[in-house]
Amino acid sequence: MSGLGIWNYVIFIFLMMAGLYMVISSTNLVKKIIGLNVFQTSVFFMYISFGYIDGGAGPVLAEGVTLYSNPLPHVLILTAIVVGVATTAVGLALTIRIKESFGSIEEDDLHKMDPSI
Amino acid sequence: MVLEHLIDISLLVFLAVISVALLRIKDLFAAVMIFGIYSLTSASLFMVLAAADVAFTEAAVGAGISTILMLATLSITGREEKTIERKFKLLPLLIVSITGAVLLYGIRDLPPFGDAGNPAQVHVAPRYIEQSPVETDVPNIVTSVLASYRGFDTLGEVVVIFTAGLGVALIIGRRRRLPSKKEASSHE
Amino acid sequence: MNDHLILRVVGKFLIPYVMLFGLYVQFHGDFGPGGGFQAGVIFASGFVIYTLLFGLRSTQQIVSEGFLRVISASGVLIYAGVGVASMLMGGEFLNYNVLAANPIAGQHIGIMVIEFGVGLTVASTMTLLLMMFAERGLPS
Repeated sequence: MSGLGIWNYVIFIFLMMAGLYMVISSTNLVKKIIGLNVFQTSVFFMYISFGYIDGGAGPVLAEGVTLYSNPLPHVLILTAIVVGVATTAVGLALTIRIKESFGSIEEDDLHKMDPSI
Repeated sequence: MVLEHLIDISLLVFLAVISVALLRIKDLFAAVMIFGIYSLTSASLFMVLAAADVAFTEAAVGAGISTILMLATLSITGREEKTIERKFKLLPLLIVSITGAVLLYGIRDLPPFGDAGNPAQVHVAPRYIEQSPVETDVPNIVTSVLASYRGFDTLGEVVVIFTAGLGVALIIGRRRRLPSKKEASSHE
Repeated sequence: MNDHLILRVVGKFLIPYVMLFGLYVQFHGDFGPGGGFQAGVIFASGFVIYTLLFGLRSTQQIVSEGFLRVISASGVLIYAGVGVASMLMGGEFLNYNVLAANPIAGQHIGIMVIEFGVGLTVASTMTLLLMMFAERGLPS
């Protein structure tokens, strides 16, 4: 089954690069934040798949189960998701303020208005 | 085992397709909705990978709260991405392909997916799984690790969330009462 | 949203169950999947549905922003307070073993209280975020 495992990692990298491309190439700030989220999710997949064991149950103790998945990545990613939405909210709030001050959220326009940014 | 791997890989292919759709779409409203679908699909993937707690959080946060926040932002900033017919941009694609190639090269050193003998599985995880019922008597190991073993870490996370709320309140919390500051451009 | 009768009726029917489920996830987090983070978000999504259906002003009549800010800070305070309490009772910061006569009971109390603090902060912060974003979008 290692063949499928390799494809797992390939798709993680594809998702990560899709997010990175969105952040670099798109000029709209909201689109950039979506790209950042896609990037972030690919890292989450990576962690969770490291914690996965074939045939392992979820890490809730039960009678007659001997093999559990690794709980540590779950804890890390669980908190990372909630912190991720908090940082997304700050980014979106900044976007709103930029729109109110400059009248645009397109990177090109902002650059023309204020060459120092 | 094979079935789980197949579900896992097909969900990942879905996610890859959705991310391509996200890249290509110009309507931001549609992009946010597709991002909601992306989050829901990733929640299913977490469920397949036996991470019920994470799936829970992702479904509520990704498909719920962050989609709503993005929609609220779009209601202020407008839903259309500016489409200028610019020439094909080479530099971002170049950066992304080089970074991707380096990461693909690094795959060779990664442990096989789902193997119980992986390095991540043999250090602290067995300690948690064996000792958590004895030391805390909480059946959900994720909760016991989150709240007890790594309690200090979680305190930091909670402070981060509180700080983010504080930051947003400082940035957009109160509407400014000075009418002179209102430019004509703020109404669109 | 005044014209969407079906959404309003179904929403009204659904919101209590969403919040009840949030409480279940909060207090059942020791035994099944769940915990403060998930419960907070689920509880907040009850307010999200209400705001979407009935408007921001109705939500503000139920919970004011000032109240939510106090709750948001007090969640962190409860969490850190458990740490300080365990120090006062002779253990290390956030060492729950000393909170009760036997370590297992101490762990139970500690985990329950700090999960409650997490739930308070997450639920109130998420609701607050939504209310601030929605407030900004209203025509002034």
